Amino acid sequence: MTLGGFALIIVALAVLAYLTTRARAAAFGGPAGTMRSHSRPVYHGAWAAILAFVPAILVIVFWAVLGDNIVAQQTLARIPEAIRPGSGIEQQAFLNELRAVYSGALPAAFNENVAAAVPVYGELVGFWRLVIGGLALLLALIGGGYAWLNSQSEFRARTHVESFATIVLALASLVAILTTFGIVLSLLYESLEFFSRVSPFEFIFGTQWSPQTAIREDQVGSTGAFGAVPLFWGTVFIGAIIAMIVAIPLGLMSAIYLTQYAGASARRILKPLLEILAGVPTVVYGYFAALTVAPAVREFAISIGIDSASSESALAAGAVMGIMIIPFVSSMADDALSAVPGSMRDGSLAMGATPSETIKKVLVPAALPGIVGGILLAVSRAIGETMIVVMAAGQAANLTANPFESVTTVTAQIVQLLTGDQEFDSAKTLSAFALGLVLFIVTLLLNIYALAVVKRYREAYD
Amino acid sequence: MTDPSSPSDTGETLPERTPTEWHSNAMQRRIRRRYARERRFRFFGLAALVLAAGFLAFLLFTIVSDGWRGFQRAEVAVEVTYVEDELTAESGSLARADYRTLLRRDLREQFGTERVASEGAWLRLRERMEENPGLLGQTERVWVVASPEVDLMAKGDVDFTLPAERRVVDDEMVEDYRDLRESDRVRLAFNSGFLSRADSTSSELAGVWGALIGSILTILVTLAISFPIGVMTAVYLEEYAPKNRITDIIEVSINNLAAVPSIIFGLLGLAVFLNFFGMPRSAPLVGGLTLALMTLPVIVIAARVALQSVPPSIKDAALGVGASRLQVISHHVLPVALPGILTGTIIGVSRALGETAPLLLIGMRAFVSDIPEGVTQPATVLPVQIFLWSDEVGRGFIEKTSAAIMVLLAVLLSMNALAIYLRNKFERRW
Repeated sequence: MTLGGFALIIVALAVLAYLTTRARAAAFGGPAGTMRSHSRPVYHGAWAAILAFVPAILVIVFWAVLGDNIVAQQTLARIPEAIRPGSGIEQQAFLNELRAVYSGALPAAFNENVAAAVPVYGELVGFWRLVIGGLALLLALIGGGYAWLNSQSEFRARTHVESFATIVLALASLVAILTTFGIVLSLLYESLEFFSRVSPFEFIFGTQWSPQTAIREDQVGSTGAFGAVPLFWGTVFIGAIIAMIVAIPLGLMSAIYLTQYAGASARRILKPLLEILAGVPTVVYGYFAALTVAPAVREFAISIGIDSASSESALAAGAVMGIMIIPFVSSMADDALSAVPGSMRDGSLAMGATPSETIKKVLVPAALPGIVGGILLAVSRAIGETMIVVMAAGQAANLTANPFESVTTVTAQIVQLLTGDQEFDSAKTLSAFALGLVLFIVTLLLNIYALAVVKRYREAYD
Repeated sequence: MTDPSSPSDTGETLPERTPTEWHSNAMQRRIRRRYARERRFRFFGLAALVLAAGFLAFLLFTIVSDGWRGFQRAEVAVEVTYVEDELTAESGSLARADYRTLLRRDLREQFGTERVASEGAWLRLRERMEENPGLLGQTERVWVVASPEVDLMAKGDVDFTLPAERRVVDDEMVEDYRDLRESDRVRLAFNSGFLSRADSTSSELAGVWGALIGSILTILVTLAISFPIGVMTAVYLEEYAPKNRITDIIEVSINNLAAVPSIIFGLLGLAVFLNFFGMPRSAPLVGGLTLALMTLPVIVIAARVALQSVPPSIKDAALGVGASRLQVISHHVLPVALPGILTGTIIGVSRALGETAPLLLIGMRAFVSDIPEGVTQPATVLPVQIFLWSDEVGRGFIEKTSAAIMVLLAVLLSMNALAIYLRNKFERRW
């Protein structure tokens, strides 16, 4: 029987515990109309089901996650030393093949040592499966039985179930913290590994980026160069300069028109249009940028006499990214403008200012902190954006301010470095995590600062 | 600017001044200028919106004008004789019959070349035989998938006036195609394979079904994890959490996670799920887990807003008649908040459905020509498929990419329509 089978039996046992305990609780004596027990029968049943199910399923989940490694180590320890694989990659390959043969994914082993190990592995898997499954069943029986015996009329089942639910809810909310820690720890760990090979100083201030590490030791330039300044510049150039030149005026003017001029019916049509623009997946924008916009930009550049124009220009990627950001800027500006008290606007209009004068001289200055906060959030969105730059910006790490040339960004390099076949702990792949760390820190700081600005501004008018 | 103090408070006397001449020419000119400026500003606002809408229309137009042809394919009519001896010559049984050689021979006999039909054209013969085993020994005219070159010419993508070296197809192919046309043995038909097959190296055989199934499996994993955990987190934060430091940390990390670039989640998935836990690469399970962590904050934030909008009187009434906290939440608060939670979940999930970057990092960019059957098998998802096809050099893949984008957008639009429908149908104002 597989672990899944045991899990099904445990579910059945939990249901059984629920039904029997509930029936038992329903039969608690006492004259009709008086309180016959502290908790309603449902709670007695639920508590029994919890006791039967939770400890047993924890055992099974624990084994499902970690069991395979334990069995693999035991298998390695048990097979004769002569056929035991070495450590590291060799051992990994051995175990992968072993598992594939055992699960039937491979019809037969290529390595005869693996073929010899398969029966040992199978025997151990079967043995442990019985032990763990049996242990889980035993726990389920003990838990359910204990709860059944314990369900007296004065037993506070409801209190127990309530506190169990509270614990489960609290545990669920810890997932968010765990994710944050997971991100920070994994990025830090791999980055430290990277910085033990390349100095952080070179990484942050170096202007040469060519992460190829040589296949042969004696190859020229075999160490690679990891100066990330061109990437940082490319990211800022595309995400914070070109994209914002497109997005800020268009987004801001859209928001102004929607909140100040458009009638209710026009808003009903125009607002969903912007939302659709926001809902288009980035890979679609990337495809559009690479196939439609980039060639057009290149032709335009050549027509005005710039011969060095690349077909992967920064302008194409940045402009399309700007279009993608428009709805974001627009909705942030919309919020900021709506938060300005109506009395200020009315006062300005009453003094005889035209609506546009009111907007330019009163509303926008009053909403400026909120708008700036929104723009900062938009910048952090843009520099973390990946697919558009992967598809439309190049891979060449140029340090140039010419928008018709090709630049590359942090995100595009992360994808470039981590897709493709290479061993995991080369400086090349590790550098992707260092880039990720920088990206994470920068976007985090931008967000914290922007949110603080927006919040302070909201409080000022509340 | 916000200073409300007026000159009269200070007790100063204003200097005498002449009354404004509202009807003087100078004043009229100024007012005209101001109104012109007003109209200009208003026009700029409208222009910005129209420009944004124009981009959207242009984007959709380019995609659709390329993509609709992806749903079509050229087919070539061949007279096929299902000769039993030839079919079974190699393998000895009809179940593993060799249709490929048979078709090749027929093609050569009738057209002088096999290049008019696709490499996978023989699949059609197998389908025919499976539908109707009585065909054995018979001859019939079958429409099989044409080769990419014929496909291009049939769709009018080849400029025959160009010299041969600047065309994608050589003169010989053009001659073959002209013969086909004259004998009326080529047609454009609905590309049913596009919606029923997985990826392939030849554009005329590639389909999105495999990627669509991969997307569905991935999203199911995402939903199964992020929805319960997200709702539980929101309930805990709104209804249970004491005001203390841990609660603050949870809130801060949720708000920050919502703004972390998606590619960072890809790095997390690579480092933790693949390298630390040793989960299989390219599997919807890992993709779903990674996207679940990304979607979680979106669901938590939406669910908290929905929970906050439940009027306290409902809770108080339920508590007043003796319901426990859990009963209040599960019997009263959650049912009322559910439409809002579901709307937020659908929006979060549809974002995850269009996500590409994190999935590239965990290996879902592998070439997968089978339709995945489980969450641990290698699979790809629609956005990644679009990315992979957009990299292909073959001319035939351009229309396939656009067609795949049309499928993706259709799925996303219908999900968003569902969210709007739910919001309008169930939303209650208190």
